[in-house]
Amino acid sequence: MSIFLPILPELSIFLSAIILLILGLFVNNIKLIINLAIASIFFAIFLVLLQPIQSAFNNSLVIDEFSKVVKILILTGSLASIIMYHSSRKDLNINLFEFPILILLATIGMMIMASANDLIAIFIGLELQSLTLYVLAALNRNHLASSEAGLKYFLLGALSSGLLLFGLSYIYGFTGNTNLNLISTVVTPGNIGLIIGIVFVCSGLAFKVSAVPFHMWTPDVYEGAPTPVTAFFALAPKVAAIALAVRFLIVGFSDIAFDWQQIIIFLSIASMVFASFAAIAQKNIKRLMAYSSIGHVGYALIGLACGTSQGVSSLIIYLTIYLIMNIGVFSFILSMKNKGEYYENISDLSGLYKTHPYYAAVITIFMFSLAGIPPLAGFFGKFYIFIAAIESNLVLLAVVGILASVIGAFYYLRIIKVIYFDENKNSFDGFKHRSLNFLTHPTAFLILIFCIYPLPLINISNYAASSFF
Amino acid sequence: MSTLPILSIIIFLPLAGVVLLSIINSDSKSGIRNLKQTALWVTCLNFIVSIVLLINFDQTDPNFQFTENYFWLNSGISYHLGVDGISILLVILTTFLMPFCILASFDSIKFSLKEYLISFLILETLMIGVFCSLDLILFYLFFEGGLIPMFLIIGIWGGERRVYSTFKFFLFTLAGSVFMLLAIIAIYIEVGTTDIVYLLQYDIDPSLQYIFWLAFFASFAVKIPMWPVHTWLPDAHVEAPTAGSVILAGVLLKMAGYGFIRFSLGLFPIASSYFAPFVFTLSIIAIIYASLIALVQKDMKKLIAYSSVAHMGFVTLGIFTFTLQGIEGAMIQMISHGIVSAALFLCVGVVYDRIHTREIERYGGLVNRMPLYAFVFMIFIMGSIGLPGTSGFVGEFLVLLAIFSVNTYFAVFATTGVVLAAAYSLWLYRKVIFGPLIKEDLLEILDLSYREIIILFPLAFITIFFGFYPQPLIDIIEPSAAHLISNIANDLSLIEPTNQIESIIQMESNY
Repeated sequence: MSIFLPILPELSIFLSAIILLILGLFVNNIKLIINLAIASIFFAIFLVLLQPIQSAFNNSLVIDEFSKVVKILILTGSLASIIMYHSSRKDLNINLFEFPILILLATIGMMIMASANDLIAIFIGLELQSLTLYVLAALNRNHLASSEAGLKYFLLGALSSGLLLFGLSYIYGFTGNTNLNLISTVVTPGNIGLIIGIVFVCSGLAFKVSAVPFHMWTPDVYEGAPTPVTAFFALAPKVAAIALAVRFLIVGFSDIAFDWQQIIIFLSIASMVFASFAAIAQKNIKRLMAYSSIGHVGYALIGLACGTSQGVSSLIIYLTIYLIMNIGVFSFILSMKNKGEYYENISDLSGLYKTHPYYAAVITIFMFSLAGIPPLAGFFGKFYIFIAAIESNLVLLAVVGILASVIGAFYYLRIIKVIYFDENKNSFDGFKHRSLNFLTHPTAFLILIFCIYPLPLINISNYAASSFF
Repeated sequence: MSTLPILSIIIFLPLAGVVLLSIINSDSKSGIRNLKQTALWVTCLNFIVSIVLLINFDQTDPNFQFTENYFWLNSGISYHLGVDGISILLVILTTFLMPFCILASFDSIKFSLKEYLISFLILETLMIGVFCSLDLILFYLFFEGGLIPMFLIIGIWGGERRVYSTFKFFLFTLAGSVFMLLAIIAIYIEVGTTDIVYLLQYDIDPSLQYIFWLAFFASFAVKIPMWPVHTWLPDAHVEAPTAGSVILAGVLLKMAGYGFIRFSLGLFPIASSYFAPFVFTLSIIAIIYASLIALVQKDMKKLIAYSSVAHMGFVTLGIFTFTLQGIEGAMIQMISHGIVSAALFLCVGVVYDRIHTREIERYGGLVNRMPLYAFVFMIFIMGSIGLPGTSGFVGEFLVLLAIFSVNTYFAVFATTGVVLAAAYSLWLYRKVIFGPLIKEDLLEILDLSYREIIILFPLAFITIFFGFYPQPLIDIIEPSAAHLISNIANDLSLIEPTNQIESIIQMESNY
């Protein structure tokens, strides 16, 4: 039995998912299922915190500082999306008890991704996560856009999984190993076959994190999927896939860092620049958040491109702040409704501050923070990323990143402009929802006061980075 | 007194005011009155605290005083505050102007007064923070953070083209500043700290200084603003509400002037001396070009905005002369401009509140109905021209003196700017105040109310007072400025001999 101890958090979530699935058939009480799912996530967080540093199954899963921190981020993201689902399931007409269970299953996949130290484990984790995400995207069966989003995501996702698997097989073929630690001992510069494998794996992963030029699915899926699902897409899978890329590239291939750095640098520049221009013309706020997430992934990839301890720790800081901001923004988007009708256009927010000055201030905090304006938390995320970039002599990346952030500031400002400068048009009644306020207000508060005492997050990120260097 | 964190109190007192304001119910009439009173008293209290700061300030000590240093981000990035002779005056200027801004907004802001006052108090916190920071990251935080409330102030309570103007203001300033952030990060990696006190003693590698200097210059040149990146300023001024223009002209532009003195000169002396002719050229263009444009303006606020560009040209001229007079002149010019141009915008606000237009053509003959107004307006116009006996003269005179000692040609052009300033200012005054009183809506116009008298007369008094007796200002500035100059001279002398040796070696090898 003791060989299962290292995967106790995953097992606990798995067991609760199975139990809830059976329970859901007999008990017609979605609220109970949601509450139990939330409780199981809290229990898993508790277990992750208690776990010692170790490895399992012949070193194919490792539980180190990095994976523990990433798992907590993933679990937080899942938790937030379940709460968002709870608050909106009646109005969205998707009263399905499967939702929290699917989230739990995806969470297991993502937790394996965070720990995976073996090519097989990487693929298993990734597929477990992807398959549940396909179902989640198409969850609103009666809605055309949702079905379309699910199908699109499935087709492109299957393609990218194929690319990834192809790349993994190349790497296995040229190194003779599936374990990343063993691979790293036989990696030599100049091995073209290995580089082809890495390129394919990076393409597959770029698809999962929606980095340009593999981003095409993102805006459509974000817009089409039900908002709690969109929120979940923006939160946990991004963190998990980036964490997977970090472990894969830094543990396995740090000896040929120069080769894969170029790929990451290209993905990063393309994502930052493309997203900041493409987002300007968006009218739908979920589409806008899709482009925003593409841009943010670009910044996070800077941290990976550095390939240094500072790079990884700045990446963790960035992802944490990104997660907090997105939890807030998406629960705000879910609050934008009137009499059961959801608003999704930016122009629907016009003049919000005249009727709801307090909520207008909250979304303003989020937008300025996403734009990276000091003294809000988003600024510190970018700040640490740029420190890492300049330290690793990636000055060009930093310059492009900072220019893209200026252009990006424009589209975030546009939302503030609509809220504050335009005439009032709509009335809202969605701001009274207690569980959404439970997400929006603490996150806004955290972002606002982050500058006063940022040390805990910096220490945590250094702790996470210490597992590689 | 030394143990009390007085600078933190001055910085965060307005934020405490924000908390107070946000819990006041603004629905009723008495609620609105409470809002106004609270904001006014908080800013007045802050001014009093800053006066206490000034009284306890040791004028003979050129070092930073009232320092506070706490661990903040990483090692080397700390919450470090302190003031010296250069920054304390700008702190006082900020706290001094704030109550007037609040007073000036009492009647002119028709809606959302609560949010307006909150924005102003947040802005005050950020502005004071800029002048007190002794850490580059902390400085950047306050410097950039100021964009948020100003963006909202112009955008919500501004004029017709407010959205265009506020976006232009925000994006121009942000685009300028991000390069400074990269330079700050590079300094942090190079030196290992962003502590300004340490960096002022540290000699940054000359080859890096040029790049850093340009990055900082990009930010400050947009903010001060210099030609050719000044175009956001007239738009922002015209569309901003009166108090917004006052703060913009009075304090926000000074943040860049302060940045030039503290960072460009203090941290990168070698690059500064290398780029000085470049700055002089841009300043001269700004002075003459902006003055000529001011001559053809139809909008009062736009005219004053362009005059600000010209006056800031004198400031940059003075700073980059590397002489004691130059820096003192630039400082006095900044303070004088902070008071005079702020007052001019308030004067425009007075007639705008009555007639609701800023077009110069729509006025004329106001002296017949508004003698008091004509009197104070005259004082500020004279201050803007730099007439002897007003504070404007002292600053401009010192700057011209300094630039003459450096380069006569630049001095000749700069002096032309003074003549042009007289031309456009007097033209504005004649058009608005003199002439026949024939416009119908002006026939019934009322003279200054008590509130406006309370706002304008202290400013007029200060303009005249420092015109005749600028010694108190110079006493405060001089030790710190002299300290700065000697530091720069040291750094430059370290470089020049080696240059000479190199050139001698080269000459010898040529033979």
